[in-house]
Amino acid sequence: MAIIALKRIIKAGFLNFKRSGIVSWAAVLVVTITLSVITLIIFLQAVLHFSLNQIKDKVDVTIYFTVNAPEDKIMLLKSSLEKLPEVAQVSYTSADEALKLFRDRHSNDYPTIQALDEIGDNPLGAYLNVKAKEVSQYENIANFMKSDNMLVLGSASIIDKVNYHQNKLVIDRLNTIISGAQKLGFLVTLILVIISMIITFNTIRLTIFISKEEIGVMRLVGASKMHVRGPFLIEGAIYGIIATIITLAIFWPATAWLGRNMTDFLGINMYDYYLSSFFQIFAILLLSGIILGIISSFLAIRKYLNK
Amino acid sequence: MIYFNNVSKVYKDATALDDITFTVESGEFVSVVGHSGAGKTTLTKMILADETPTGGTVFFESINVHQLKNKDLTKLRRRIGVVFQDFKLLSNKTAYENIAFAMEAVGKTEEEIQSDVPHVLELVDLSHRLFHFPNQMSGGEQQRLAIARAIINQPELIIADEPTGNLDPVNTHEIVQILKKINDLGTTVILTTHNRGVIESVNKRVITMENGKIIRDTKHSK
Repeated sequence: MAIIALKRIIKAGFLNFKRSGIVSWAAVLVVTITLSVITLIIFLQAVLHFSLNQIKDKVDVTIYFTVNAPEDKIMLLKSSLEKLPEVAQVSYTSADEALKLFRDRHSNDYPTIQALDEIGDNPLGAYLNVKAKEVSQYENIANFMKSDNMLVLGSASIIDKVNYHQNKLVIDRLNTIISGAQKLGFLVTLILVIISMIITFNTIRLTIFISKEEIGVMRLVGASKMHVRGPFLIEGAIYGIIATIITLAIFWPATAWLGRNMTDFLGINMYDYYLSSFFQIFAILLLSGIILGIISSFLAIRKYLNK
Repeated sequence: MIYFNNVSKVYKDATALDDITFTVESGEFVSVVGHSGAGKTTLTKMILADETPTGGTVFFESINVHQLKNKDLTKLRRRIGVVFQDFKLLSNKTAYENIAFAMEAVGKTEEEIQSDVPHVLELVDLSHRLFHFPNQMSGGEQQRLAIARAIINQPELIIADEPTGNLDPVNTHEIVQILKKINDLGTTVILTTHNRGVIESVNKRVITMENGKIIRDTKHSK
């Protein structure tokens, strides 16, 4: 009995969609626009995430050691730093490597090289390059360097300087920008999604408004609420499904073009991203489309059913 | 079968029904006449609980229709067939589907629908219109379709609210004949009209209304 009713409701939903013609397609168009906005936001988030990660990658803290600092002590410090939960990576550059890098960097700077030659000895010390997992964690690492742990390790005497305090201003500012960008991104997403949801809801409300009289007639003929409401909910779901397919189809060539022409500017190949997250995007759109369609229909029809 | 006890309906600035009391027996054919605005339509809407009275009670057999919950109201409406002046057909459904919808509403099976729909359409002479939409049919045909829909679930009562209001004399005559036939088969009929000719051709009990009051009831004057 329930299965027959469900079958009838689904069939009626498809028939209504087909027979409403242009009205149905107008609703599909609006849902498509909403889903396109959601897709765009997914892409923007990807670009933002990628760029922020790149910026974050450029931030680090370097610990310079005094000349002649024994390597085993430096290694001891390195391994204790690596144990910190905040630390992502520690790389060691020996005094000799530091000198080589210095020479390479100043290969065109003749007076500097000459001065270096004249000294004879290596005036540079080794250094450790520390990368934190989050930009906000550099302060903790710097504090660790100042703490008593260092005395226990016997490292305090070999450290020449830590450049955190020179970089502090930049790091702090970057931190503010990153968290601001994330907050702004979330806010813009929220506003755009709400606006498009309201527009979709109103469009679907209009399509149901057209059927207002019919809903009354169905009730007078003795149809139960579910029997009247069901086909409209199915129609709403159909809007969502078709809009998902259209949106995915639109973004295929669009991301291909972006991938070919804008990869350098965006820093990320949109086409590769689209293909690699295709099923995720598909699931998000389909779910949003169907839920949006069904909920809008449900709310819109409620007004005419409660008579 | 139907009992109106001192029913009143007052809108903000107008009185639609003023202290109406009457009864309709099972199997009767009652015509309600009056000018536009006399309260005929409000009267029929009261039986369907499509309007709530400001005073008095309306009973359908032992049921006070205005105290029904939504679900029970749906059940009540399934026992009543309704025909309107403006047909109120489902415009995006074919003749067949319009009737099938009313049958689906009461939970009939696909087999019953397939066998009953052509039969009832034949009864109102619409066999050739099975798969036409209402806007492809004439006014008379639409009203016959509406009647077919009203009787398909064998209701105990048919309410026809100005069913001939939009029709020419030939179609009017046909509709009246169909309603009389339905009544002869045992279904109670309440017909509202402002057409004298209709009442004369029905020639049954007539309730005359004016300004929301019953001013004459042939049942009592006979």
